[in-house]
Amino acid sequence: MSLSGAWYLGLSAIVFTIGAIGLLVRRNVLIMFMCIELMLNAANLTFVTFARMLGDIGGQAVVFFVLVVAAAEVVVGLGIVVTNFRRRATTVADDLDALKG
Amino acid sequence: MLLLPLAGFLVLLTVGRRVGDPIAGWIGTAAVGGSFVVACIVFAGLLGLPADQRLVVHNYYTWFASGGLSVPVGTQVDPLSMTMCLFITGVSALIHLYSIGYMKADRDYSKFFVYMNLFVFSMLLLVLANNLVLTFVGWEGVGVCSYFLIAFWFERDAAASAGKKAMIYNRIGDAGFLLAIFLIFFKTGTVSYESGPGGGIFGQLSHLGGGTATVVVLLLLLAAAGKSAQIPLFNWLPDAMEGPTPVSALIHAATMVTAGVYLLCRMNPVLHLTAHGMTVIAVIGTATAFVAATIACAQQDIKRVLAFSTVSQIGYMMLAVGSGAYTAAIFLMVMHAFFKALLFLGAGSVIHGLEDEQDLKRMGALRRYMRWTTVTFSIGWLAIIGIPPLSGFWAKGDVLDNAFAHYPGLWVVALLTAVLTAYYMSRLEVLTFGDEPRWDTVGPHGEPAHHTPHEAPLIMLVPLVVLAVLSLFGEVINLPWAHTHSLNSFLAPVFSADQYVDGLTTTRQWVLGLADAVAAVVGAVFAVILWRGAAVDKPAWEPAFLQRVWYWDDAYDLVIGRPSQRLAAFCAWVIDGRIIDGAVNGVAHLAKVTGTAARRLQTGYARNYALGIALGMALLVAFMLSRTWWG
Repeated sequence: MSLSGAWYLGLSAIVFTIGAIGLLVRRNVLIMFMCIELMLNAANLTFVTFARMLGDIGGQAVVFFVLVVAAAEVVVGLGIVVTNFRRRATTVADDLDALKG
Repeated sequence: MLLLPLAGFLVLLTVGRRVGDPIAGWIGTAAVGGSFVVACIVFAGLLGLPADQRLVVHNYYTWFASGGLSVPVGTQVDPLSMTMCLFITGVSALIHLYSIGYMKADRDYSKFFVYMNLFVFSMLLLVLANNLVLTFVGWEGVGVCSYFLIAFWFERDAAASAGKKAMIYNRIGDAGFLLAIFLIFFKTGTVSYESGPGGGIFGQLSHLGGGTATVVVLLLLLAAAGKSAQIPLFNWLPDAMEGPTPVSALIHAATMVTAGVYLLCRMNPVLHLTAHGMTVIAVIGTATAFVAATIACAQQDIKRVLAFSTVSQIGYMMLAVGSGAYTAAIFLMVMHAFFKALLFLGAGSVIHGLEDEQDLKRMGALRRYMRWTTVTFSIGWLAIIGIPPLSGFWAKGDVLDNAFAHYPGLWVVALLTAVLTAYYMSRLEVLTFGDEPRWDTVGPHGEPAHHTPHEAPLIMLVPLVVLAVLSLFGEVINLPWAHTHSLNSFLAPVFSADQYVDGLTTTRQWVLGLADAVAAVVGAVFAVILWRGAAVDKPAWEPAFLQRVWYWDDAYDLVIGRPSQRLAAFCAWVIDGRIIDGAVNGVAHLAKVTGTAARRLQTGYARNYALGIALGMALLVAFMLSRTWWG
């Protein structure tokens, strides 16, 4: 049997919500990163689902772009995390409040 | 002729400080003297032309052109500008020579000659220019040189503020000049006098009909009143005496202050269009002559007496202009340049000899110590009060005759002024040279006694002697019975509308001349009787009203000065302080308050920002959904 598109969209929504809530409630920078990845992949899943449902290859093409950008973002983000860890010996996001007004 | 003083100015500007005293003075004198020689040559050339062709206009290049306005840099050599040039360069050369001695050992010796040469250049530009705008350039040039030279000893407060005063009074007149130029251009479309399209201004007099000519003339009169120190703008000139004495002689007696009279004479075809304007000029001139003469009777400072005398004499010139007798005005102007320069230089010699003493009450008996100065000064004295047959008698007589022919009422005042002139000049003469010395004792306010005065050096005496000779014999250029080769016929082509009168019957002329002479003698005799003797404090004869210049300065202070200050204070404290600063500070304050409130949003916690993004997204989605469902 094949699942209808709605299941995929529901899964995507659940994964996105998990990512979003995780981002808001967790303090560890690495976990927050993973949550961002969850949200990105939830979006990817949505794109693919709609591409299949509508028979439009464009949605699948966008996923590739998102994957590439996500990879680049992870590289930069982890670089920052590592550099920051060397300086301040912490991965807790709330300690990084230099932007406080 | 024009370029030599400019060259002198530039040379002195660059190397003057290095060559110093006295070479800088000689360079300056040579430049002006050379200019005089050139003027003589040009004059000879002009005389070679037939009388009706004596108008040589040269346009060198177009200064600027805009729309219908085209302003050339050009010169106009005609009998009027030539007459002016001759006496300007001649008297200037003599005064430069005198200054070599007078300014000796001054700290800014070369700077003095820089300014003097620049002044002569500007003055020549003023008289030689062939259009109003270029004349205005020269007009401003002499004004700024006058400012520099009045405030020459700028460490002294009085000199600095006198310079400012002269500048401001002249500004008022200059505004009149500019408005007159604009109005003339608006009506005729040209600023040239006699050249250019349509024959210049004088070729298009018909465009200046009706009230326009009157307005133009009144504006020009305002300009002339500023430059030539006439009522109501005359009070800057006495203060200008703070400058070095040669400056007073050159700028504030002989040349610059006559520029206003020159301007009116130059514009004589326009003046001729308006009888009302002429009357106003004559009345202003007479009033100034009389008021200044009364004030001169009560002044103690030798230079201030001469300054008010200058104002008074220029008033006479204005009266002549107002009578339409331009020749008489120019005649008196030239003669006045001779004898007033002589008087100022003589006064300078006295001041020099008495170690900078200028108070008449602290002089006396100088005839025994300064023979040359006494003799030459006395010639100037006799000339200005109008004792025949010296130059002043003829020149002033010309003015009075013409006033009699046109305005008998003003003639009475002018004659009375002549009595006053004789009185105050004789008082000056007696107090300075007559009687017993008063400089060898301690003064009433504790001034120390002076040393025995000494005669001026030769280099200062030579100009005195030359000017004395000119004051004695200068009148030959315009004696009433030699009109065939006189100033009058020479100037006739320029003053086509001249109402110069020598057609008075001879008996009448003799009677008028006799009246002038009697006026002079009466005033002089009265002064001599009153002021000889040791007692020099006669308060009854020097009322405060006259000493304080008819309270003219105080009136200006009350009417203009104080309210302006109050207005300025209002602007400074209320408008600037409260409204403008308040607006600026208010904007800053608003930004600060907003910022203080907004900084609370910046917690620095990434989760808060993320929440903001999420909420924003949610809002956006909600909005789009609402559009879908209800749109």
